Amino acid sequence: MGSTQQNVLACVDGSQSAASVVDYATWIAAAVDVPLQLLHTIDQAKTPAVADLSGSIGLGSQQELLDELTQVEAQRAKLLMRQGKMILDAAKDRVESSSAVQVSCRQRHGSLTENLIDLEDETRVLVLGIRGESHADGQGGVGHKIESVVRGLHRPMLVVNQPFQEPKSILLAYDGSEAAEKALQMVVSSPLLKSLHCHVVFAGSEEASVAPLEKAKNTLEAASVAMNLHRVSDDIAASIASLQAKYEVDLTVMGAFSHGRLRDFLWGSVTAKVLENTAKPLLLLR
Amino acid sequence: MILSSTRSDWLGNIRGDVLAGIVVALALIPEAIAFSIIAGVDPKVGLYASFSIAVVIAIVGGRPGMISAATGAMALLMVTLVKEHGLEYLFAATLLTGLLQIIAGYLKLGQLMSFVSRSVVTGFVNALAILIFMAQLPELTNVTWHVYAMTAVGLGIIYLFPYVPVVGKIIPSPLVCILACTAFAMIVGLDIRTVGDMGDLPDTLPIFLFPDVPLNLETLQIIFPYAAAMAVVGLLESLMTATIIDDFTDTESDKNRECKGQGIANIATGFLGGMAGCAMIGQSVINVKSGGRGRLSTFVAGAVLLTMVVFLSDWVSQIPMAALVAVMIMVSIGTFSWQSIVDLKSHPMSTNIVMIATVTVVVMTHNLAIGVFVGVLLASLFFANKISHFMYCKTQTSEDGLEVRYEFHGQVFFNSSTRFVEYFNFKDVRERVIIDLTQAHFWDISAVGALDKAVLKFRREGAEVEVIGLNEASRTIIDRFGVHDKPEEIDKIMGGH
Repeated sequence: MGSTQQNVLACVDGSQSAASVVDYATWIAAAVDVPLQLLHTIDQAKTPAVADLSGSIGLGSQQELLDELTQVEAQRAKLLMRQGKMILDAAKDRVESSSAVQVSCRQRHGSLTENLIDLEDETRVLVLGIRGESHADGQGGVGHKIESVVRGLHRPMLVVNQPFQEPKSILLAYDGSEAAEKALQMVVSSPLLKSLHCHVVFAGSEEASVAPLEKAKNTLEAASVAMNLHRVSDDIAASIASLQAKYEVDLTVMGAFSHGRLRDFLWGSVTAKVLENTAKPLLLLR
Repeated sequence: MILSSTRSDWLGNIRGDVLAGIVVALALIPEAIAFSIIAGVDPKVGLYASFSIAVVIAIVGGRPGMISAATGAMALLMVTLVKEHGLEYLFAATLLTGLLQIIAGYLKLGQLMSFVSRSVVTGFVNALAILIFMAQLPELTNVTWHVYAMTAVGLGIIYLFPYVPVVGKIIPSPLVCILACTAFAMIVGLDIRTVGDMGDLPDTLPIFLFPDVPLNLETLQIIFPYAAAMAVVGLLESLMTATIIDDFTDTESDKNRECKGQGIANIATGFLGGMAGCAMIGQSVINVKSGGRGRLSTFVAGAVLLTMVVFLSDWVSQIPMAALVAVMIMVSIGTFSWQSIVDLKSHPMSTNIVMIATVTVVVMTHNLAIGVFVGVLLASLFFANKISHFMYCKTQTSEDGLEVRYEFHGQVFFNSSTRFVEYFNFKDVRERVIIDLTQAHFWDISAVGALDKAVLKFRREGAEVEVIGLNEASRTIIDRFGVHDKPEEIDKIMGGH
């Protein structure tokens, strides 16, 4: 951990999930006792403000075009800034009305992913909604920024997809891999997760499950975390969803995107599938 | 890395990119044909090149939204090669150009662009515009008045059509110009030169082929000078254009990736029977102006270009050259930086000389690389000259006149070292000379040499010489700034001035 002060970073925008993102972030910040920072990014849409299909260029076309683009984008940016300020103010009020967590606001230009990577050093935990405001309301699915954010960042990140509900129990997807090992360590060391009931789930055959589950059991027992062990044989993504429903789990913890892009492109990524199917917030660890 | 691109690079602006891509494709056809003619090859060579460069660079380039294709700057460099050795050697040179550009990308030579000052860039752009214009002149000499009339009408259509309400802003005026001129020439049956007279047009999709040249040292000797010049000019124009697009879109681009991308695109083009190319300033401006921002716009431009040319080759061959000339005159007018002429009055003379020298050298040699080299050289000399004025010396003689103290301030390097020596007075007889260099900076060995010379001379005159602060002053001689990159270190070296 760097010397810079670390925050819980909550990404807010005009989408519906912003409120629950703020609530979950407040919950984490209060439990871990670090300041909460609310982040809003102004990402100028790629859709051009000026379009002239005449295809001709004449005297001073370049300068004219530059001036025109600057003017239009300046207006757009001012509007977005004001909008963002309002979103941030509302979020800040929400935090302050419910908790004593130290909270600050921050507005940055550029895409969400690049900004989060810039702020990585100051981030302890990241909280973001599963869909951004560019996603139409009521439509399901995972926002298109999530994967690049998860891949680009090496901090725990909580993907929120429902109104806040204080977690009582968690589900840990554990397969003995390095990422899963980190997730396990996080569960036993985090002041946030230690006190919750932990369901450990392993996907695979009977004999392959013995050693990893034993290890998880010992680690959790040593930290005196209450637990249940589960083994499922089929598709992990579907099993997680069904276990979540069966045991009323409030939060799923798992290592994310441990494979390269190419492999995931060819074989499909477990993380992406879980993200799509889960009805509960997901804490991803890299 | 070279293939990485985000979803929004491709699909962030589908409508704008597709429309702009089509507009650019329409404008690329006449340009690709015209540049093939400049290079002395069949129009299909330029058209295949424009297709393959645009499509490949869309995927591997470092600057989304920039248009690369067969260009005039590159075409001008290959004229002699084609004339003396033939087309196959051009393809081989294109491959080598690509290879050199990829190497440049890995060596991060894109950073050398920082040596190219603004006035050199302006000179490059102006020279390019003049060359494109001059290349149209053969089409306008020894021809009937019909050609002049058609060119004039074509230009009229290009510049006036955008003012027509509604349709003016949605139909590219260069396309209207070409359609109108072609239709008129075909209906009236004018006997003027058409694109079909200039050589073969593509009738199939491009196919993979290895250049038919002997693979030996002799071939390398023939193609290397051309390939090196093309690699340099291609990268220069591409990086300059990338900067312009960066400004337009207020975004950053990866310059080293662009170098590698240009290389890959040229290699692909060499194998597909196309000529070397690079980014195009004019077309990229048209793309942004038409609303193109993402990689998709460049891809669509290349794909649409090929489709149109392959399936409409019978029609394309009917296009009168006069219509093409009109479009190319528009491109040259649009590329030329007219503001730079206005600025001549307000800019310092040295800046103007750099710009004009760049233009003159290019127009005389038809080689943009030489022009840029001269421009950069002149700009550096002017800079060295300016900096050398930042040196002065305070002289103090003791009351008895036996001791003199020279206190130097400022920059001592090759260009100011003569003046440095001139500050010393060797004629008056002194017993003791103190040279205080604490406030001076020695930038190179010439400065040290000048000091040695002065000290020796004083000793010969019989004076005791004491040099103070040489260590501090000569710390700036180091070539590598590794450990000195920190602000406090630089402050220490520069002594706060």
